[in-house]
Amino acid sequence: MTATTIKFYQTGTHTVGNRLLDPEHRSVQADMRRTNSLNSGHRACQGCGEALGARYAIDAAMQATDNQLIAANATGCLEVFSTPYPETSWQIPWIHSLFGNTAAVATGIAAAMRVKGRSDVRVVAQGGDGGTTDIGFGCLSGMFERNDDVLYICYDNEAYMNTGVQRSSATPGAARTATTPAVGDAPGNVFGQGKNLPLIAMAHEIPYVATAIVSELRDLEAKVKRAMEIRGARYIHVFVPCPLGWGTNSWDTIHIARLAKETGVFPVFEAERDRIVSVSKIRKQLPVEAYLRPQRRFAHLFSPTPNTEAIAHIQALADRNIRRFGLVDPAAETAVAAPVATGNP
Amino acid sequence: MLKQCEGSHAVAATVALCRPEVICAYPISPQTHIVEGLSEMVRDGTLPGCEFINVESEFAALSVAIGSSAAGARSYTATASQGLLYMAEAVWNASGLGLPIVMTLANRAIGAPINIWNDHTDSMSMRDAGWIQLFAENNQEAADLHIQAFRLAEEVSLPIMVCMDGFILTHAYEGVDIPTQEQVDAYLPPYEPRQVLDPRDPVSIGAMVGPEAFTEVRYLAHAKQMQALELIPQLAAEFQQQFGRDSGGLIRQYRMEDADTVVIALGSVLGTIKDTIDDLRDEGNKIGVLGITSFRPFPLTEIRDAVSHVRRVVVVEKCFAVGIGGIVSRDVRSAMRNRPQPLYCVVAGLGGRAITKDSLHQLFMEAIEDKLEPLTFLDLDWNAVNRELERERLTRRSGPIAENLLRDLGVVAARVG
Amino acid sequence: MEKPFAITLDVGSSLANKTGTWRTYRPQYVDRLPPCNNACPAGENIQEWLFHAESGDYEQAWRALTANNPLPAVMGRVCYHPCETACNRGQLDESVGINSVERFLGDQAIKLGWKFTPPASSSGKQVLVVGAGPSGLSAAYHLARLGHRVTIQEAGPFAGGMMRFGIPKYRLPRDVLDAEVQRILDLGVVLQLNTKVENIEQTMKDSGFDAAFLAVGAHIAKRAYIPAADSARMLDAMQVLRGMEDEEKPMLGRRVVVYGGGNTALDVARTAKRLGATDAIIVYRRTREKMPAHDFEVEEALQEGIMIKWLSTIKNMSDEGTLTVEKMALDATGFPQPTGEFETLESDSLVLALGQDVDLSLLNGVPGLEIKDGVVQVGTNMMTGRAGIFAGGDMVPSERTVTVAIGHGKKAARNIDAWLRGETYAPAPKHALAEFDKLNTWYYDDAPKMVRPTLDLARRQSTFEEVVGGLDESTALFEARRCLSCGNCFECDNCYGVCPDNAVIKLGPGNRFEFNYDYCKGCGICRTECPCGAIVMVPETI
Repeated sequence: MTATTIKFYQTGTHTVGNRLLDPEHRSVQADMRRTNSLNSGHRACQGCGEALGARYAIDAAMQATDNQLIAANATGCLEVFSTPYPETSWQIPWIHSLFGNTAAVATGIAAAMRVKGRSDVRVVAQGGDGGTTDIGFGCLSGMFERNDDVLYICYDNEAYMNTGVQRSSATPGAARTATTPAVGDAPGNVFGQGKNLPLIAMAHEIPYVATAIVSELRDLEAKVKRAMEIRGARYIHVFVPCPLGWGTNSWDTIHIARLAKETGVFPVFEAERDRIVSVSKIRKQLPVEAYLRPQRRFAHLFSPTPNTEAIAHIQALADRNIRRFGLVDPAAETAVAAPVATGNP
Repeated sequence: MLKQCEGSHAVAATVALCRPEVICAYPISPQTHIVEGLSEMVRDGTLPGCEFINVESEFAALSVAIGSSAAGARSYTATASQGLLYMAEAVWNASGLGLPIVMTLANRAIGAPINIWNDHTDSMSMRDAGWIQLFAENNQEAADLHIQAFRLAEEVSLPIMVCMDGFILTHAYEGVDIPTQEQVDAYLPPYEPRQVLDPRDPVSIGAMVGPEAFTEVRYLAHAKQMQALELIPQLAAEFQQQFGRDSGGLIRQYRMEDADTVVIALGSVLGTIKDTIDDLRDEGNKIGVLGITSFRPFPLTEIRDAVSHVRRVVVVEKCFAVGIGGIVSRDVRSAMRNRPQPLYCVVAGLGGRAITKDSLHQLFMEAIEDKLEPLTFLDLDWNAVNRELERERLTRRSGPIAENLLRDLGVVAARVG
Repeated sequence: MEKPFAITLDVGSSLANKTGTWRTYRPQYVDRLPPCNNACPAGENIQEWLFHAESGDYEQAWRALTANNPLPAVMGRVCYHPCETACNRGQLDESVGINSVERFLGDQAIKLGWKFTPPASSSGKQVLVVGAGPSGLSAAYHLARLGHRVTIQEAGPFAGGMMRFGIPKYRLPRDVLDAEVQRILDLGVVLQLNTKVENIEQTMKDSGFDAAFLAVGAHIAKRAYIPAADSARMLDAMQVLRGMEDEEKPMLGRRVVVYGGGNTALDVARTAKRLGATDAIIVYRRTREKMPAHDFEVEEALQEGIMIKWLSTIKNMSDEGTLTVEKMALDATGFPQPTGEFETLESDSLVLALGQDVDLSLLNGVPGLEIKDGVVQVGTNMMTGRAGIFAGGDMVPSERTVTVAIGHGKKAARNIDAWLRGETYAPAPKHALAEFDKLNTWYYDDAPKMVRPTLDLARRQSTFEEVVGGLDESTALFEARRCLSCGNCFECDNCYGVCPDNAVIKLGPGNRFEFNYDYCKGCGICRTECPCGAIVMVPETI
């Protein structure tokens, strides 16, 4: 990712706003005139990471396209909580067709825009991890392969939350879901399964692939903006914690996302074609336990007796990410800090 | 201009004249020649202003069309058989969203056993999906129906399946009058969508609708088909006026004026039936035929009126609902509700079996003598069936039915494609 | 566009769905008291002036600063900055260099000639201030800005009090002090030098003052009984430091011993060094840890070659200047106890730096006054037992620092102002403290503290040039921007950005935010992600 020179101000680059920055360097979310593409009144749970991620991404896309944007949306939480008749929360042209066909619908919209001579209108497809990595994967792969002019955004909350927290191919090992209960010899989801869709997207050699996280707004916005500067198939995978499905506090959504990054559980990077071009480094490295402990879906790893083997397995996966993506700046101090808990409201 | 050409090419040429803006396709026999033809016209510039997209599945094909149609582009695709089933979810979605997509269905049987030849099982599997279904009797009508289909679809905002018999029509060379661009343009105005994805006037399409409005939404879909029931004859009349050809409409009657016996059928088999009926008439039988062009919406009143005077009705259909019997005949029966005349359901031509004049002649004679069973399978090889039933009775591991039958019939291998 | 029923909807129509009804906890914006402000004896609103400095508006910052303290260039040099000790950033990396920024602003004001805004109207009241030290100058300044006519009567030949006579030049250059004093006088404050008030009641009556603020300081050196020969050269710290302001500098000799452990002892020893002493030795009866002097001053003194004898008391002094020193040992309670072990120390002079007493003679005969432990007792409003007579600084019970004195001056001025109007001054209630655990420090970038330049050692040992330099504009700006804005919204937009329900309304620059309770579901992300702890969640009453 191309770094913007940020004038140091109390909080550096980490907060949403920064009054000392030139307007063009300010985040979209800090703007009083941001689109609020996903407006108030939607029925997402308290503290929904997906609602947040979707507004971040779509507002950024709106700004990048001068509001010339159309979105196709897969079935799932985002669709259900945003458009229950008779109310929609969307402020942009938006269509929901099916669970598994969103990438193809977006292809159709993009084709229509091309044929209508409206190349200024850009198309975004969006869905959850189930609609992306599982049921929508065929259409998505086809869209990638044809290099259709669509930005596909996956909001990954690591299970089928809309239907009641069932396992998807994005569910991590050991996580408890309704279909991977925390019982038996190997409680929770099995290790060694699932898909890494960003890497699969890179294997299609599409022009742009990135991962992002709701706790790093500026990075997310920059990636959407970058994606909108490119024609062809693009993919952004946004990590969005789900308080309901993960058993986390509604107020900890961003905190949990941050822990996912700081532990190396979720690598934040950017790729062009099949090459990784930038990595968002870990600032304060933490053991995976810091990320796992606040989540009830991993509670069985700690109680009644600690499942050290499973925790070590998850740590090994995080360490692998750290090595593979170079998440830790070798120059930086790698002091491992103690987990930070947040209290009641 | 009259051209000797393959049915697929006639359809492709005509679809091109309808100025489609987005065409997406996935190969499946026997519709492939249609989209191949269109692909070539897009590539060589004879069909300008059109995006041709090769997708990875029929599910994607219709989904692309859903997207492009919702974005205001005239959208077209074609499929058959398994392809229709693979896109089934999107089939319902397109009609539910009220998107005027036109799709050619080159009718083909559904496996297993896998079979590439013609029958109507595929389109019948989607008869309740909310699409308008038009059946072509011959290649001329197949071509003409597409022009009318775009017009009708866009008027009522519903998708339309133009059904033409696979191979029998798609691969048959006939003389087809391909109209001029001016003629088509005069008949078919540019697409003016009822709803469209446009940043200048944003809307949310595809809301989640609960019990409070779902019935109304479904009723409105029905009401639109009822509107289509009125529109179809008007558009056919207008078509005749402009193109000088009688194509389309709801039903088509042949030698029905004083008929005691009426045969009802859809698609290309009507030609053979008409030939048979000519013979039967020559032999002094009062028999006629009624072809259903619009299967959905189903022209209940027209059929009821047309058969009011007859003594019996024979429905010859290339499909059937396992476990109950005919599909078309059940709908015809609703048209004849509270009527005393017998209705004979004849299942014929499944998986491409030829429907011969001889078989039909014999069949209709039995009907005229009221000797037919309510449900008849034309030219069924009872010996083969009975032998298999016997095998199954005797042996637990009796093996696969299709292969048993082939072996039984002395056919070495089935040709599949 | 005529839309298909139910499945196609008008954008933004979900506003009809007021999700605020889901809420069981309600977020509320609060302001908390930043620890720096809380710790400042002068009552400065440090966070506020840093906020202006952060955006480079130094004049606005200076004006906000001087609303409470008229002497930033002085304070930026001599304040022991308890604000920095309290600063939450100290728990993150290093405290914000508040003192450096203050000095930068003070120096900037002198350089660019910024002036105080005179009062809009005059009250017609006259107030006498006795003593032109920090407390008196502060009171005079505040009273003048409140519209009162102020006369300062100062016994000495210069304004500044202990800032001039107690703090060496190398810590506070006199031109800086003079500039800041002059700016106060420019407000119309009358300064009468060499005017010792002998009897306060009489002076007030004679000149028709409506009220008086006494701030005479503590200038009488405390003595310890040290048996000494007649010709032994024994001085007190006040003599030495005051003498430095005269033409004739004090003669201390080559070997100077200073007795005491406070900042004054260090000032004397460092002054002696600069005057040419080869040996400047501090004798102190306890350990370094117990020394009342600030550690950074001890450190600077040691760098300059000052020697310190810990755990030592001086028993006597001979004619030749030989000192008998007894070694001490700390007992279990940390008090030094004699050991009976002695050594000798040669000296040309012994300077006693054992603290100062107040000259209270001007109060003779004033009824109602209470004097205890050598200082005047005052109420919380800084008024003595005599109505209309207020007192502050070193002459009242308190810690004796310039900063405390300035705080007294301000507090007294506000109370005098109220008293003159027949009212009682009621300071605004303080917010709850913004403790470190209220912050979400993730959002603060790593930023090392800017270090002020120091004079090279050779010149420190031989000249009275200022030891510690100031920050330049870029480093001062950086330092200001290290402020965490503990407990008070600084419009980082986090709450506005992180709300999944767009339930935070941004009101625009300077106007902060509002919650839109129609849609706020009470998830609490805004509270968690507020860097500075300016949001609380309170239970909804259902």
